[in-house]
Amino acid sequence: MTAPTGAAISIAGCGKTYPDGTRALSPVDLEVKAGETLVLLGPSGCGKTTLLRLIAGLETPDAGGRIAFDGADVTALPIEKRNVGMVFQSYALFPNMSVIDNVAYGLRVRGVATAARRAQAASVLTMMRIEALAERRIDQLSGGQRQRVALARALAVRPRVLLLDEPLTALDAALREHLRSEIDALLRRLAITAVYVTHDQAEALALGDRIVVMKNGAIAQVGTPREVYFRPADDYVAGFVGITNRLEGIVRNGRFETAAGILPVAAPDRAKAHLLFRPEAVRLVSPAEATLVFQVAQVEFQGPRQRVTLNAGDGARIIAEAPADLDLAAGAAIGLALDANRYTLA
Amino acid sequence: MKTHRLTFAFQLFVTLLAAAFLMVPAGASILAGFTANYFRGVSSGLTLDWVKQVLALYSDTIWLSIGIALGTLAATLVLAVPAAWALVRRPSRLARIVEEVVTLPVAVPGLALALALILAYGAIREFRMSPAFILTGHVLYTLPFMLRAVMAVLAAVDIRSLEEGAASLGASPLQRFFHVVLPNAKGGILAGALMVVTLSIGEFNLTWMLHTPLTKTLPVGLADSYASMRLEIASAYTLVFFVMIVPLLLALQLFGRTTGSAR
Amino acid sequence: MHSADRLARLFLLPLFLFVAAFFLLPMVRLVGVAGSGPNGMAEYVAILTNPRHFATLVATLALSAAVTAATLAIGTVVALFLARNRFWGRPLLVSCLTLPLAFPGVVVGFMVILLAGRQGLLSSLSMGLGMGRWVFAYSMAGLFAGYVYFSLPRVLVTLMAAVEKLDPALEEAARSLGAGRFEVLRDVTLPGIAPALMASGAIAFATAMGAFGTAFTLATRIDVLAMTIYTEFTLNANFATAAALSIALGLITWAVLALSRNLAGGGVAAAG
Repeated sequence: MTAPTGAAISIAGCGKTYPDGTRALSPVDLEVKAGETLVLLGPSGCGKTTLLRLIAGLETPDAGGRIAFDGADVTALPIEKRNVGMVFQSYALFPNMSVIDNVAYGLRVRGVATAARRAQAASVLTMMRIEALAERRIDQLSGGQRQRVALARALAVRPRVLLLDEPLTALDAALREHLRSEIDALLRRLAITAVYVTHDQAEALALGDRIVVMKNGAIAQVGTPREVYFRPADDYVAGFVGITNRLEGIVRNGRFETAAGILPVAAPDRAKAHLLFRPEAVRLVSPAEATLVFQVAQVEFQGPRQRVTLNAGDGARIIAEAPADLDLAAGAAIGLALDANRYTLA
Repeated sequence: MKTHRLTFAFQLFVTLLAAAFLMVPAGASILAGFTANYFRGVSSGLTLDWVKQVLALYSDTIWLSIGIALGTLAATLVLAVPAAWALVRRPSRLARIVEEVVTLPVAVPGLALALALILAYGAIREFRMSPAFILTGHVLYTLPFMLRAVMAVLAAVDIRSLEEGAASLGASPLQRFFHVVLPNAKGGILAGALMVVTLSIGEFNLTWMLHTPLTKTLPVGLADSYASMRLEIASAYTLVFFVMIVPLLLALQLFGRTTGSAR
Repeated sequence: MHSADRLARLFLLPLFLFVAAFFLLPMVRLVGVAGSGPNGMAEYVAILTNPRHFATLVATLALSAAVTAATLAIGTVVALFLARNRFWGRPLLVSCLTLPLAFPGVVVGFMVILLAGRQGLLSSLSMGLGMGRWVFAYSMAGLFAGYVYFSLPRVLVTLMAAVEKLDPALEEAARSLGAGRFEVLRDVTLPGIAPALMASGAIAFATAMGAFGTAFTLATRIDVLAMTIYTEFTLNANFATAAALSIALGLITWAVLALSRNLAGGGVAAAG
């Protein structure tokens, strides 16, 4: 199978208000590059699924919204005219059809002759390494197999855009991790434009070329996984993606001043500021070499590393990860070093 | 999902037509029951005379129907509720056969059932002449509904684990039945009871064959009035029947909605 | 033996005795009577060999098939509409459509008389429009209307539940693959509610086969199986024929219900 060419998606001013007055999505602007995997991340009710359904054509945006694939306006087109592939959370496999008939269905409604569409569907099954399941009924499949069939069905029509709505949520943890890396490899190999909705930060970080973190029907941050992880735009993003440390203080003369000491920053003066950073973004050093000094409160040995709880002077606590061989004792003073691209000052 | 405008209009039309088909005759019958002369229309005046005449002529059928419905309810409760538990707690071949046989009377046309009962027991005069003959038919016909309703609820709440829990605390089988099984089957018993009473009050197929001139139920009286009385009396009688059965049907609807969403 | 097992057997005993005494035994008697007439066992095949009875059987089957088809068609359209659209007055509409669920056959017959009888609504309507007098209550057409009236609420309840249980993502998935409105209906929606169609169709069919109240109310002139059995039994005192015919009727309805249950795999029970 040749790699489908993905379309660039351009979303302009797309909001969604339901007839009962609920506003699911405030107007957003977003560009998805051709071939890119974009992950929409957020808790339930944040608008990520609504945005996906707008891109799919299952919902129409409020007046003024516009969606284009490769520059061509598709706002008025229903989903069946958009040539997208979609993987649903419940998989939505047709129980009245066998695996291969499910995969060939999109070709059938496009009028492809029986033999040709079966051959084409079979080649997709082979690519997904589930050719042995071709004649199975849907209720004879395991969760992981259903997931692969759903993906194969969406890919068989060679869509311009692949849309995935929490495709791994229904699976158990071990299988989820396995399939995640499979999907990752597949998306990279096919170079298809993909929009992937999830509430799981690990999935988002592993799969996304870029991540869109959403909150209350609006975009909170757009960035690469590294940007979102190490430099979250605000408390909300920081809190949603992993453990975050937070230090209160002020900015004066290019220095962030807090109870534990100071940190040189490139920021204008501010009377109230806070510093956000990850436990693994810090290096623990001798107090003499550091401008930030804490007291060790608790050490938890975890094998490959240790997790250290540190007290700042004002009662704030932060968590830091340290190499396993670093000798730490509760009550001792310890210095903390933080690289400039590993924190957010907000 | 957006519905195409033409499709929407077509579906709406069919739906309204179906609702009119079901409701308009019922409305006409209610109106006719209050109209002095239906042939001349409402302009002939509204009256309660027909309803009064019906009550004078047919009140015994109303009371007999209520009595038989309550008797049927009592009998199905005693026969079906304990049996439903027995069938659910240990699903076996035997349990399936019992369920199948008990359900058969619903699949067999009422006429055949009535015929069979008459041929088997019609010779016992005291039985044949008493309301108990009709009652027997009604119990036979409504039993599966009670059995199914209770079995469905017991299966849904996983009564076996609940019972094992009670047993581990030292409850005897009979205590378990009264303390655990019955309270948890309450929803099913209520739904089954509503169904049994509704079906019994409206039952005609069996009852017409089983009744005697002295044991006429409401539907039997209705058939009489349809054949021999003027339209206004037949309508007023139907009206009385609606007054009895519609609250039951509404209760069933309401109940079906609440238990349906819980499942 | 486990004490709970003993209790369970005790609980099953009354049910067993009742069903044995008042169902199994009478049924055996029915079979015996059917074979004891002047024609002996030949009575059983009378439904096929007697031209009058055979014509009645064919008419009853045709009527039941027509009722089933019409009820399912109307029911599907209405159920899809009510399950997919939310609008003001919808709960009232649903109530109206399902309320006649347990109207007995006699009352349904009276409804048909009020609709299409001599003093019926259609009669005055057609007279008013100068289109002659429409009266079809006392014929096969009236019986057809009556049975549709009887079965429609039941079919609707089953179909609406089935449509609501259908995962909306299934239809969205079909559309995402390019399927149009008609293809979604043919390939996804109808197959999805097929078990419910089977089950409720079987009940509608069985009911139309065996129902007696509606036919009795409308007229004794209509030749359907239930009326023939009634006439043979009460008017002609021809017990053997009546018994044989009712056994045939019972076998047909039972077979239809059993078949649909095997195909649809759900709980199916007839009524009325």
